[in-house]
Amino acid sequence: MKYLDEFSNPELAKKLLDQIHAATTKPWAIMEVCGGQTHSIIRHGIDQLLPKQIEMIHGPGCPVCVTPLEIIDKALAIAARPDVIFCSFGDMLRVPGSESDLFRIKSNGGDIRVVYSPLDALTIARQNPDRQVVFFGIGFETTAPANAMTVYQAQRLGITNFSLLVSHVLVPPAVAAIMESPTCRVQAFLAAGHVCSVMGTEEYPPLCEKYQVPIVVTGFEPLDILEGIRRTVLQLENGRYELENAYRRAVQAEGNLAAKQMLDDVFERTDRGWRGIGVIPDSGWRLAPKYRAYDAEHRFEVTDLHTDESPICRSGEVLQGLIKPHECSAFGKQCTPRTPLGATMVSSEGACAAYYLYRRLELREVSGV
Amino acid sequence: MDSWVCPVPLRDSPNIVMGHGGGGAMSGELVEHLFLPAFGASAAGGLSDSAVVSVGGIRLAFSTDSFVVKPMTFPGGSIGDLAVNGTVNDVAMSGARPLVLSTAFILEEGTTLASIAHVAEAVGAAAQIAGVRLVTGDTKVVDSGHGDGVYINTSGIGIIDEGVDIRPERARPGDVVIVSGDIGVHGVAILSCREGLEFGTTIRSDTAALNGLVADMIATGADLHVLRDPTRGGVAASLNEIARSAGVGVSLSERALPIPPGVRDACGLLGLDPLYVANEGKLLAFVDPADADRVLAAMRDNPLGGNASIIGEVVAEHPGMVVAKTGLGGTRVVDLPAGEQLPRIC
Repeated sequence: MKYLDEFSNPELAKKLLDQIHAATTKPWAIMEVCGGQTHSIIRHGIDQLLPKQIEMIHGPGCPVCVTPLEIIDKALAIAARPDVIFCSFGDMLRVPGSESDLFRIKSNGGDIRVVYSPLDALTIARQNPDRQVVFFGIGFETTAPANAMTVYQAQRLGITNFSLLVSHVLVPPAVAAIMESPTCRVQAFLAAGHVCSVMGTEEYPPLCEKYQVPIVVTGFEPLDILEGIRRTVLQLENGRYELENAYRRAVQAEGNLAAKQMLDDVFERTDRGWRGIGVIPDSGWRLAPKYRAYDAEHRFEVTDLHTDESPICRSGEVLQGLIKPHECSAFGKQCTPRTPLGATMVSSEGACAAYYLYRRLELREVSGV
Repeated sequence: MDSWVCPVPLRDSPNIVMGHGGGGAMSGELVEHLFLPAFGASAAGGLSDSAVVSVGGIRLAFSTDSFVVKPMTFPGGSIGDLAVNGTVNDVAMSGARPLVLSTAFILEEGTTLASIAHVAEAVGAAAQIAGVRLVTGDTKVVDSGHGDGVYINTSGIGIIDEGVDIRPERARPGDVVIVSGDIGVHGVAILSCREGLEFGTTIRSDTAALNGLVADMIATGADLHVLRDPTRGGVAASLNEIARSAGVGVSLSERALPIPPGVRDACGLLGLDPLYVANEGKLLAFVDPADADRVLAAMRDNPLGGNASIIGEVVAEHPGMVVAKTGLGGTRVVDLPAGEQLPRIC
């Protein structure tokens, strides 16, 4: 990973910033779709260094943020069962459900384990044949192939005490939903490089054409992001709206064929609820009928569990780029990383958390936080 | 406890959660809002890692710490080294010369004698290197499944020489902030072996007794204002605690932070921030700017301070907050960690 240093080089960053400043003549609103990019922009202070006319709007691409409250509540109900070992990536543990979170379920005796790969959950299932092992399968196109592989392997190995709680969502339908909104202010997108490394880029040119919006596939290091912004600004200033790939070291047009094949086998497209946004048609995956036996929602009979979100939380508007985090009246007051109302505050990748963690100093003067 | 009213920061969890032991905001709130009120009039002293008490005109530093690390041995050390070095360092951070330690072992039924012997030998060897004597101790055994092999508690006493006054409240604007070497090493070493993660190179814990380094720094005659070993919660937690104690701001330079490539890569992979990762053989020093060069030179002459560097300064602005200048020239707030750092999903 040594070569990643090159993508944080301050001198090269300054050159790109100079080019962006030179190219910018009008105000532009650019959305970075991915929470990882949001985090990087805020953490490195990139937004402070851009021309004042460029507004970075933080998109819905945080897997933790957009997981619906209802799914969290289902996870909590399953994880509290004494017969279950509930496995999850670390950052889901703090995400609040209606009344609790996985940390609190754990402190009440729930057997909750942080894993670094869904295949670790399968190993735990093999080691504990008398327990039910559930993996919390959330995320975008990036995490879905490995989760699909886990179910495929479980079936192949005849492991029956494993199941997946699925809440996978897809980026392109979200981009379309944002552009369809009558209040949409987004004029260009930085597409998430790692999503495209799996799925390829073929879904994006039709979106560029339909909404006449430039989309630039962008990585996550500071120079990646500056290059993505530079290319986006050049398109905007020249009236172009094309797909460009500024992350060629990781993204091929056709994507990762093996991963796509695995996704096609294990999952099928479905309408999905997005936390704070609502249902976006055809925007998610669920297990295909031949793998339905591995669906934790059915296995533990939580399909009928329904819950509502906090009425004062405006994370949905944050996720759609309609307001900045500090423009929500609850920001930094009722809603902090310790007492989050919405997942945009609790996830380390969430826009609200990024603003709270890294920008409190300047926001203190603006909003009294 | 009937009269005890659960204060705001604890209201969101009726039980102890892992974050209460993370060395961040939740740990602090547990002490401040539960232990201190419960202790009532019996509580004495501040919230430093070691208490300073005067006995017969002699200032003693007294500290205690418990070690629950899993696994009991890891690249670069074991729970035995940690138990000695951790308490020696807590005592040394008030400028004291650590003299004696107690060791209390809580052993889990079924643990092999060979592994306990290995840990005990490590305790003895670490005490010898640190120049402290093990003067009292205790042993208990708990049922199988109620411990991770061995837990160790150590307490230590040291003497503070005349003229030495080192405590968090003494940080003041203009002070130079120095770190004694590479950060984040211990936390990543533990993570890599506990979770079976490999990062291309073996990262070894930096566990070490820092009393010799502190003695070298004091011997320069420099005006040392604050010393702190940034263990749980990492450099970020320690700097925040000092900033709050002294009511000053800390301005950090991200580019100046000594982060070894292996730590940076591992943290990048897991979505962790090296500023929040634990260290066990490093110290932070707040020094009068006029004395900074001489302190740095003395630190670099010591094997445990060879990579010492200036990472920031104390400022009058933003009191109680730590603000970092990013590598690209922007700024960000470096907050106290809420609880445990958690690896990110992607």
